[in-house]
Amino acid sequence: MGDELSTAIAVIAATLRAGTPLVFAAIGELVAERAGVLNLGIEGMMLVGAVVGFMVAASTGLTPLGFVAAALAGMGAAAIYGALALNLMTNQVATGLALAIFGAGLAAFLGQSWVGIPLPGMALPFPETLRSIPVAGPILFGHDWLVYLSLLTVAGVAFFLHRTRGGLILRAVGENQESAHALGYPVLRIRWLATLFGGAMAGIGGGYLSLIYTPQWAENMTAGRGWIALALVVFATWRPWRVLLGAYVFGGVTILGLQIQAAGIAINSNLVAMTPYLATIIVLVLISRDATRIRLHTPASLARPFHPEA
Amino acid sequence: MPPLLELVGITKRYPGIVANQDVSLAVQPGEIQALLGENGAGKSTLMKIVYGLARPDEGEIRWQGELVVENSPVLARKRGIGMVFQHFTLFETLTVAENIALGLEPGNAGSDLEGRIRELSRHYGLAVAPQAPVWSLSVGERQRVEIVRCLLQSPRLLIMDEPTSVLTPQEADGLFATLRRLAAEGCAVLYISHKLEEIQALCHAATVLRAGKVVARCDPTRETARSLAALMIGKAPPEIEHRPAESDGPVVLSVADLSLPSVDPHGTALKRVSFSLRAGEILGVAGVAGNGQRELLRALSGEDARAPAGAITLAGQPAGNLDPKRRRALGLAFVPEERLGRGAAPKLSLTLNALLTGKRQSLTRAGLIRQGAVERRATEIVRRFDVRTPGIQAEAGSLSGGNLQKFIVGRELYDGPKLLIAAHPTWGVDVGAATLIREEMLALRDRGGSVLLFSEELDELFLLSDRIAVMFHGMLSPPAPVRQLTPESVGLLMGGAGFEGGVGLAQAH
Repeated sequence: MGDELSTAIAVIAATLRAGTPLVFAAIGELVAERAGVLNLGIEGMMLVGAVVGFMVAASTGLTPLGFVAAALAGMGAAAIYGALALNLMTNQVATGLALAIFGAGLAAFLGQSWVGIPLPGMALPFPETLRSIPVAGPILFGHDWLVYLSLLTVAGVAFFLHRTRGGLILRAVGENQESAHALGYPVLRIRWLATLFGGAMAGIGGGYLSLIYTPQWAENMTAGRGWIALALVVFATWRPWRVLLGAYVFGGVTILGLQIQAAGIAINSNLVAMTPYLATIIVLVLISRDATRIRLHTPASLARPFHPEA
Repeated sequence: MPPLLELVGITKRYPGIVANQDVSLAVQPGEIQALLGENGAGKSTLMKIVYGLARPDEGEIRWQGELVVENSPVLARKRGIGMVFQHFTLFETLTVAENIALGLEPGNAGSDLEGRIRELSRHYGLAVAPQAPVWSLSVGERQRVEIVRCLLQSPRLLIMDEPTSVLTPQEADGLFATLRRLAAEGCAVLYISHKLEEIQALCHAATVLRAGKVVARCDPTRETARSLAALMIGKAPPEIEHRPAESDGPVVLSVADLSLPSVDPHGTALKRVSFSLRAGEILGVAGVAGNGQRELLRALSGEDARAPAGAITLAGQPAGNLDPKRRRALGLAFVPEERLGRGAAPKLSLTLNALLTGKRQSLTRAGLIRQGAVERRATEIVRRFDVRTPGIQAEAGSLSGGNLQKFIVGRELYDGPKLLIAAHPTWGVDVGAATLIREEMLALRDRGGSVLLFSEELDELFLLSDRIAVMFHGMLSPPAPVRQLTPESVGLLMGGAGFEGGVGLAQAH
């Protein structure tokens, strides 16, 4: 096997891993936004998920349990948002921003004494014999459980949204809340479920960073991925499979930057760290140029508070 | 046999207002009953109570003689009540079939749904395409989707809330045929409207509401439109004399070959619109909503200034690319279709709203507001146009629709414009206020001003206009004098007859 080939395979594998926390966070936000909930607090929910997942995994030695805890912690953070933005009808943008800041602070507080602690690994899903197949092995079978789970989640969400009655109702609530209410659908309950799902997915995305990707706890370790996930939903024009594409493009840009450095090309590491975010902004600008597309796909009731008696 | 639906002593209060007070009515199977009343009389609230969207504070609902204890839209649909709302409850980005599935019970939205939609639309003459996305449909088609959705549940009672306000006369006739057929099959219809001729043509009985109370029950076929109107508003309706004029004054506004693509993906492109408007005349623009009226209005007001300068001539000046302020300086006044947000700033006082479109030189000095002058102006508008408000410091958004509209029209007419462009100026306005607004537009014309009047109500257009043109798919028919037109001929144009070969052939016969 040539050197170039093995490098390429390594880059692909690394790209998938770098994209996976984004896939989780963005697919959760996508579901929430399709129901009309704009939760800007993904970054906070990811951090809370990351730290709680880490604490549980480190103290029990069970990484899978860490993921369950991360999901529950993300849901807990989303529940705070839900109580404020859905029931008390606070402004969704302001509430989401507050959640992002609050979650970061809470996670830093909880994680104070957990910095630098090692974690047990998690066994890979496929046996060595499959993984060592040339080329196809490392690309198809070489990843951790969560990479496969993220793919299944995207497939599940795509199926749910476009092939089931539940998904149709969720889209209807995000499209026109008054009409959905008039037809007798419980707008608030559906939004709550979507918000909680978004929180759980953000929690798992954060947990992936602290349990598998790094794996250790460090303050603000999401490094803006929550905001990137938010941008990815727009990039994907609210369609699940495009979230996957966007997450991997972003992951790819990250890894490519590292590769350039590793290849010994003299470039400031801060510039390299900047590229993924720059790429996000460029892509957003390109997408937003087509106003028609954005308007046709944006859930029309996004970020609008709902009052059943009004 | 007990009535299908019986309401006994229904009272519903909202903060500061009693929407329904001790309302009782009964509907028999197969009966088409009208619920008649002005805007704000409590018709829609009452129907929301029947459909389970609002809870009565007092009173009983009986369905087939049995007391309804719990109510919700889902339960109401299970009982066999279908409702077609005034503001449609469709989802624009979903297909017709998806929209219909959302209105059905889970077990009832099976895989053969499309086939059932087709069969039902054939039976009742309601053409709909199941796979079309709703945003691509006309308003009339959307209403058909709503009706098909109700009919698929085999309703025993169908509630129609102001169904014809968005239809051409021919479409309305088609709807009436459908409703008569339903009634003949035993389905009861509760028909909400304030259009008297329709109720006389269609309904077997009428319950009249005024200010939340039942004031009369009658057989509409034995009443005249005038006596029904008197019941509805509590006094004989004021009459406006129809006095069309033929003006040979100078041209105030002319539009030549104006074509513009739409900014809104759901909008309509303007196609070679041409007309001219003289001093001392009212030109009415008819058309079903969504045929380019909004786009033409924006191009004329200056909100959309993409047109070539020469395409629009205002008071002798090329104006196609001027912003709204410059057009106003040339003598244009504008009453947009949305009162709040476009016609008035909801959170500002009437005083400040009066300032917004006034001639600046008299109201400001060195960039500072001349408080006294602005207040005098607001007070004068309130007095002259009989605006019912606690005071000129009241927020615009706190006024009722009719009162705010009187204020906006008053503000626009205050400076004596050369040209008033008015979009649906009496929409949702009570009869008294509508009469006042209409009188003022006629007075402007008699003083030598011009009015370009967009309306979906043919009655209003025939009452006020000297000439009428029709918009269809972004095209405008050549304006014709009112005496050469009938509601039927205009209705045909509204439905697109005569536009097949482009604008040039669209002539009213």
